[in-house]
Amino acid sequence: MPPPPFHPACKMNFKNLLEYLAWLYYQYLLITGIYVLEPWEKSIFNSVLFSAIAMVIYTSYVFVPIHVRLALEFFSGIFGGQPESTMALMN
Amino acid sequence: MTESPATKPADGDVCQRVKNGLNLEKNGVLKSLHRCHEQQPKHHCQPEEEEVHAASHHDSQYNRPFLESFEETPMLVAVLTYMGYGILTIFGYLRDFLRHWKIERCHIAREKEEQRDFVPLYQDFENFYTRNLYMRIRDNWNRPICSVPGAKVDLMERTSRDYNWTFEYTGRVVLDVINLGSYNYLGFAENTGPCADSAAEITMKYGVGVASTRQEIGNLDRHEELEKLVAKFLGVESAMVFGMGFATNSMNIPALTGKGCLILSDELNHASLVLGARLSGSTIRVFKHNNMQSLEKLLRDAIVHGQPRTHRPWKKILIVVEGIYSMEGSIVRLPEVIDLKKRYRAYLYLDEAHSIGALGSRGRGVVDYFGLDPCDVDVLMGTFTKSFGAAGGYIAGKWELIEYLRSHSHSAVYATSMSPPVVEQIITSMKCIMGEDGTTIGCDRVRKLAENTVYFRRRLREMGFIIYGNEDSPVVPMMLYMPAKIGAFGREMLKRNIGVVVVGFPATPIIESRARFCISAAHTKEMLDRALSVISEVGDLLQLKYSRRRIQPSLSLPCDDIVFEDIDD
Repeated sequence: MPPPPFHPACKMNFKNLLEYLAWLYYQYLLITGIYVLEPWEKSIFNSVLFSAIAMVIYTSYVFVPIHVRLALEFFSGIFGGQPESTMALMN
Repeated sequence: MTESPATKPADGDVCQRVKNGLNLEKNGVLKSLHRCHEQQPKHHCQPEEEEVHAASHHDSQYNRPFLESFEETPMLVAVLTYMGYGILTIFGYLRDFLRHWKIERCHIAREKEEQRDFVPLYQDFENFYTRNLYMRIRDNWNRPICSVPGAKVDLMERTSRDYNWTFEYTGRVVLDVINLGSYNYLGFAENTGPCADSAAEITMKYGVGVASTRQEIGNLDRHEELEKLVAKFLGVESAMVFGMGFATNSMNIPALTGKGCLILSDELNHASLVLGARLSGSTIRVFKHNNMQSLEKLLRDAIVHGQPRTHRPWKKILIVVEGIYSMEGSIVRLPEVIDLKKRYRAYLYLDEAHSIGALGSRGRGVVDYFGLDPCDVDVLMGTFTKSFGAAGGYIAGKWELIEYLRSHSHSAVYATSMSPPVVEQIITSMKCIMGEDGTTIGCDRVRKLAENTVYFRRRLREMGFIIYGNEDSPVVPMMLYMPAKIGAFGREMLKRNIGVVVVGFPATPIIESRARFCISAAHTKEMLDRALSVISEVGDLLQLKYSRRRIQPSLSLPCDDIVFEDIDD
């Protein structure tokens, strides 16, 4: 999969998807700074980061639908219960 | 300073001269300036120069556009850089914790068991930084070389098994690494050619040193010849040379100023100037980098308010600036500094460590670059380490000043005199720049350096890197920002056979890590093109092309663009 044309990586020539993913991982190493760490430190950082992300995804998967449903019920209680036109009642 | 203890034991003759030297304060400047003009009618000041300008109307003082840019750090990059340092700091604390509880071995110096209750020596931030951040990418610095550090250099290959705590040599040599790191501006770092030959000849005749000071039995005819040559080169009355460039600054400023004097120092001045200023015991006030409004405000305040509490006038006000600032690649706004200096009757100390030889159409440094009169600068200082491929430094100025320093400067009185081969290297290279050797090699090199500089800077900017500093400065800082990119850039460049200098904290502010290229006249076009293509390749790999400027700033960017708006009144 070549990167999209407007992406900064388009100046790089990647032979295959694997190379592109390796480059993305390299960018991740550089930006977080863990490029300079020793392998065991890298793995600690990665496991902490990925477990945090996994937990966020899991909790959002579990709780977000419930909250959305409750919110919908709440707002429909405020706005949805009203008659279509109040003018009709007055007449 | 007139009453400094050092003057008391000196006998009458010396004292007399000393007084003359010191009387510069009141009327000496004007008189000597006058004399300078008579002696050297060819160094004209520009007519505008004499008039008093408002600091904002400075365009007419420059004989060529003064283009200097410091592109703002992109917000996202700054945030990511701080985040990176945050992560590394957390791991630093983790490793310190492990070392503290003896879970892992500590390789670095620490307090002994019996010194536990003493004041801790290794607990400040710089130590933490060295231990936990610098050590991880230490392979980018202090690389041992095994050839002359010219345009190309041979490196000794080394590896580390314990993540840069110790290195081992593999015995192999990395050949022909393009050297973008040496301050070899004019390419005089050579082991062949006239300079090396004459230095070898002098070694046979004089030996390598006399192990005594200039004031005792270490004064050789070559030293005096060199001093005359330096004075002639710079177009001033007199000059004096020292064996060590750093000590030239740090030991001579204390001889020039003392208690009751004020030093106005640029915030980015080199450590040797800062050390000298602190040793002198004068009051130091720092103005913003190359910011004339800030300098003028400090000058005006100093004159209006005088010394703190007593409100006596300052004995002397010395402005300390550098020609080229080695970390920013900027050139001092000398015409404006001289203008201010004259208007407020202050003295000017100009450190030309990087600019001498490297700037100006005749290689005479920043004074030549702006087409000014060298007599307008009270103290000209410079080093021989960079453009001349030698070692040591000089102070040049009026005769009285140099005679005063000869008897009062610590580095003149106590330091061993310069080694004759080094002196000869300087003499030969300086004569070459002056064209006194009958060739045009020196002129060609000065011109070649200027061409290389403009070309290299323009290409880097076109590629989209953030480049700091002046268009004409051969020091080219390229911003890297993120801590991991410092290490990665150095390593990736060396992998592609290019040697670069990467700089991070404490030499720069913590987020402004950079790579610093030093252009040399010895670099050929092919070398620069090869280096540029590799820099571009590594720049893509590491995503270093931060610049958001679309159009070329070379035409559109006026000087006023970088006038600092945030002057706090």
